[in-house]
Amino acid sequence: MGEKILMKGAEALGEAAIKAGCRFFFGYPITPQNEVPEYMSKRLPKEGGVFLQAESEVAAINMVYGAAGAGARVMTSSSSPGISLKMEGISYIAGAKLPCVIVNIVRGGPGLGGIQPAQSDYFQATKGGGHGDYRMIVLAPSSVQEMVDLMGDAFDLADLYRMPTMILGDGMLGQMMEPVEFKERKPIALPPKDWATTGKKGRGKQNIINSLFLIAEECEEHNFELKKRYNEIEKNEVKFESYNMEDADVAIIAYGTTARIVKTAIKRAESKGMKVGLIRPITLWPFPEKVIAAAAEKVKAFLTVEMSTGQMVEDVRLAVNGQKPVYFYGRTGGMVPSPEEMVAEVEKILG
Amino acid sequence: MKKVFERPKSLTDVPFSYCPGCTHGIAHRLVAEVIDELGIQERTIGIAPVGCSVLCYDFFDVDMQEAAHGRAPAVATGIKRVHPDSIVFSYQGDGDLASIGTAEIVHAANRGEKITVIFINNAIYGMTGGQMAPTTLPGQKTTTSPYGRDTEACGYPIRISEMLSTLDGPAYIARASLHDPQNIVKAKSAIRKAFQAQVDGLGFSLVELLSTCPTNWGMTPVESLKWLEDNMIPRYPLGEYKVIEGVK
Ligand SMILES: Cc1ncc(C[n+]2csc(CCOP(=O)(O)OP(=O)(O)O)c2C)c(N)n1
Ligand code: SF4
Repeated sequence: MGEKILMKGAEALGEAAIKAGCRFFFGYPITPQNEVPEYMSKRLPKEGGVFLQAESEVAAINMVYGAAGAGARVMTSSSSPGISLKMEGISYIAGAKLPCVIVNIVRGGPGLGGIQPAQSDYFQATKGGGHGDYRMIVLAPSSVQEMVDLMGDAFDLADLYRMPTMILGDGMLGQMMEPVEFKERKPIALPPKDWATTGKKGRGKQNIINSLFLIAEECEEHNFELKKRYNEIEKNEVKFESYNMEDADVAIIAYGTTARIVKTAIKRAESKGMKVGLIRPITLWPFPEKVIAAAAEKVKAFLTVEMSTGQMVEDVRLAVNGQKPVYFYGRTGGMVPSPEEMVAEVEKILG
Repeated sequence: MKKVFERPKSLTDVPFSYCPGCTHGIAHRLVAEVIDELGIQERTIGIAPVGCSVLCYDFFDVDMQEAAHGRAPAVATGIKRVHPDSIVFSYQGDGDLASIGTAEIVHAANRGEKITVIFINNAIYGMTGGQMAPTTLPGQKTTTSPYGRDTEACGYPIRISEMLSTLDGPAYIARASLHDPQNIVKAKSAIRKAFQAQVDGLGFSLVELLSTCPTNWGMTPVESLKWLEDNMIPRYPLGEYKVIEGVK
């Protein structure tokens, strides 16, 4: 057992990346995630790595593309408006089958929005955001410890499936001080990066990193190959937490920071005699649709709670597929839903 | 019989896809010859742009990455930081480098990123069908400046080499032309100095090559060479704009 140390979320995130073997970080300042690049700028040079403050998020993500194509474990971090700028690069990274980790500490939008915690980038993260038929693995931690644990997974999944992986958090998680333990990870078997551009020495044949397929048949073939990989991920990599679901009448679906608050709400609802459970998606893509569909056979209704005006709720409705009513409650723009508000919603549903 | 003319080792045997008389092919050959002569083929990593030379990853026989439009200097930065001992070059057109990618080229140059940039200035967007480029000459007709480039509305041709040589990061910046054999020899010598500067770890290097686009200029290859000489060179004077100590 490792020891527990008290750390700020954003810094724990940086340290976890370094522990996962990340030695390259390219980013651009934006609130509320500045502690991540600041931490990396302090730590990476000491680990023989490179921290570089790029001229923009566009440049940063393209530096990530170059470094990932060169075979490195590489990360960038930003917040909503910056992630919008990275979307071009993310699409190219997905198209060129490059592994990397992207952190989005989500803030209120649209536009410049605000700097308080939000979950309004769910669509952008899980439904594309960039152009083309691609997916990105999206991990949504709800505590500092989980953020640390998921960082190792993020790099492994990226390498295993050769694709971008996103950690979706919010300012509350980033600012929170919590005791964390950096657990020893069991190394998993990863394919060799024999496709990386390292100079063709010793290889004879050139390596090319590319997402261009001018012949329609070849472009379709490329997309089908990506899709095959995505199907495998949907089969193997779904992660969720089920809490208090055994005899729940209402299942709340929530992720990240919101899910923490739901747990408090569940206790209060219990003291009022209501049976409420939580299904917390940890992977937002692949989405835990099976467990939600199965729960639909037992509960009376679903309540999706988000810090948005309703994004993940669409995936919940697809999973429930009309079997039971799906309600929504959301606060947005940096407002955080309280346990009382959630209990009041449940009361309305059980009416 | 001894072969006196053969394909450089650093070019594959894939035939170029360029139009007849296009000087992209000459530029490729010069770059490949320099890579051969410096003996760096096995540690060179190139970056292809978006533009007519987008497929140059099929032509250069070195490891290659294809970049998004204008982002090659950022991609090059990522690669070079991971493999500091490699030789990294980008090959970019004037739409790619001087329009959509201005931020990336300026900051890569300013950081003194140890990469080499081959910048093809043909005063037009070739691949997309002859639209106006930031380098298009005043009065020059293109498909999006059908009455000729109006400087009142669209500003003036950008002189990238002059602009970048005001920065402290670059080690070597030169402009050469591909319109006749003498100038091609000079262009090769500039490309060689640029790569050598990187081999010697001196800093950022860039060679701007004045090039033709007969197809979109609406001229024969020979007319194009003459037009380049008469019209582009007065706007884009040839020569070395930055040569720091140690460049050879
Ligand atoms: C983001 C983006 N915008 C626009 C394009 C379309 N596009 C492709 S090539 C090109 C211009 C190429 O011109 P230049 O860089 O001068 O190279 P040339 O073809 O003349 O060699 C443009 C605008 C694109 N591929 N991506
Ligand atoms: S369109 Fe112009 S730049 Fe492109 S290959 Fe043809 S001649 Fe060359």
